[in-house]
Amino acid sequence: MKATYEEHSDAVAIIEMTNVSVAAGDVPERAAVVDVNWRVALDEYWIVGALPGSGKSRLLATAAGLLRPFAGNRRLFGREIERLSEEEMLVLRLRVGLVFEDGGRLFNHLTIAENLALPISYHRNCAPREVEARIGPVLETLELLPLAHQTPGRLNRSTRQRASLARAIVLKPEVLLLDNPLRGLDPQQIRWWVEFLGSLSNGHAIMDGRKVTLIVTCDDLRPWRDQGRQFALLKGNRWLPLGGQAELAECTDPLLKELSLMASTEN
Amino acid sequence: MENGSALPVPAVEKPALDEDGLPREFFRLIGYHLLEITRTVRGVGAFTLITLGVAVTKFNVASRVIHPLIRHQIYRSGLRLMPMISFLAFALGFVIIGQTVSLLSRVGAEHFTGTIMVTVVVRELGPLIAALVVLARIGTATVVELGTARATGEVEALEALGIDPIHYLVLPRVIGLALAIFSLTVYLILGALFSGYLFAFLHDIQLRPSDYFRQLALALTWQDFILLALKTGCFGIIIAIVSSYQGLARALRLEEVSSVTTRAVVNSVVACVLLDAVFIVVYLVM
Repeated sequence: MKATYEEHSDAVAIIEMTNVSVAAGDVPERAAVVDVNWRVALDEYWIVGALPGSGKSRLLATAAGLLRPFAGNRRLFGREIERLSEEEMLVLRLRVGLVFEDGGRLFNHLTIAENLALPISYHRNCAPREVEARIGPVLETLELLPLAHQTPGRLNRSTRQRASLARAIVLKPEVLLLDNPLRGLDPQQIRWWVEFLGSLSNGHAIMDGRKVTLIVTCDDLRPWRDQGRQFALLKGNRWLPLGGQAELAECTDPLLKELSLMASTEN
Repeated sequence: MENGSALPVPAVEKPALDEDGLPREFFRLIGYHLLEITRTVRGVGAFTLITLGVAVTKFNVASRVIHPLIRHQIYRSGLRLMPMISFLAFALGFVIIGQTVSLLSRVGAEHFTGTIMVTVVVRELGPLIAALVVLARIGTATVVELGTARATGEVEALEALGIDPIHYLVLPRVIGLALAIFSLTVYLILGALFSGYLFAFLHDIQLRPSDYFRQLALALTWQDFILLALKTGCFGIIIAIVSSYQGLARALRLEEVSSVTTRAVVNSVVACVLLDAVFIVVYLVM
């Protein structure tokens, strides 16, 4: 009988990358990030800061098992990804939620409610009433109920981004990967996101009170300084783990200053 | 330039010739196209096998999601094309069948009517016209939809949600188009045969309906029904697979979508005609 993750939560990392080189998107022959040695344990709250175009999205996709790395080993919930069958990988993938950057890659031909219903209907094959009962509370919590029957093309970026978060959490994942979720949002929206992610990290009712492990990439570290518990940077094409909030405060790397100025220069 | 300060005129480079005097560029072009065709055939072949594998392994998986998508594809590629197919059926009947019946009656060869109708309409024109209409209306739309979904990252989003893109995006189209082309062909054939007789009737051709339909019934064999179903089903599968392959096979930029759509149409037409040739051989052997 296989040991479950919960039985070994102290020993087994949720995500573990050893000497991983992440493939670049535009030039598949080039590595975007090299030598990533990263261990994400249960209930951690990681903030990964990097400049735009430095491979954040590719790093998250590689960590989630969506992209093959150039080199190195990856483990998800203690299992080596490369050795998993398609069915085994699917079981693990459903325990990981992913929120994409820039509008969240919602399905444009479906309404917001249908976007949320799709993963439930597909994986649980449940009746429409049951699906409605499951997506209703999520829509309500994320204040999307009045917009549930709109298609994404008619909504603004912040609403689409929030709908993408709703779609990612509707299957109640144990770990949530968010790719630059605050990009282009106004201060009020940023506050909502930071507070909501904080409550997910501490155990939100929508997730049955269970704490969610969070990994967030960003190009502006300011909103996350007080929220994140573990920090890392992508500098050049190198992975640079920093440590906790204390280590972040002591860090004098010039990239940190640049990441704190990103938003003001963008705006 | 008249004042003499002309720009230097670049020397015209003569094309490199091989020993027989043919430009090398010509052979390069042929070689490039041959490689391109090989690559496409290999890609479409692999894509077909993957789709077949998904159809077998995920048979009845997520039926509450996939079955409505199949029904939607049948509605979109079948029912919604009925007006167009009806128009073409009547045009085909009036233009080709009516004139053929009229000509045969004039030369006293009415007893060949059934054989000619079955050979021309049931075996050849019916399936090909239905397939071309579906390709023009639905095949092109499929490439644009899937190409856009790929370009905007929706395919990656499906993978992130643990949803197989082939299962969700391709399989309903394959089943839907196969069933739609078969049904449309049946309607097209029936419409063409009826309107053909109507044309003959309006021109006072001495051919009773009972004789006309008896000749058709005698000319049809049970193999015709099986081969018709097989042929139209295969046309649907080819159009769906080729269009989906061109839309999904590689990450497209939005400006590439139109050229890829043209390529999908050309590939589908060539594949359907080649398959048709195979069926002609089968009919000849029968």
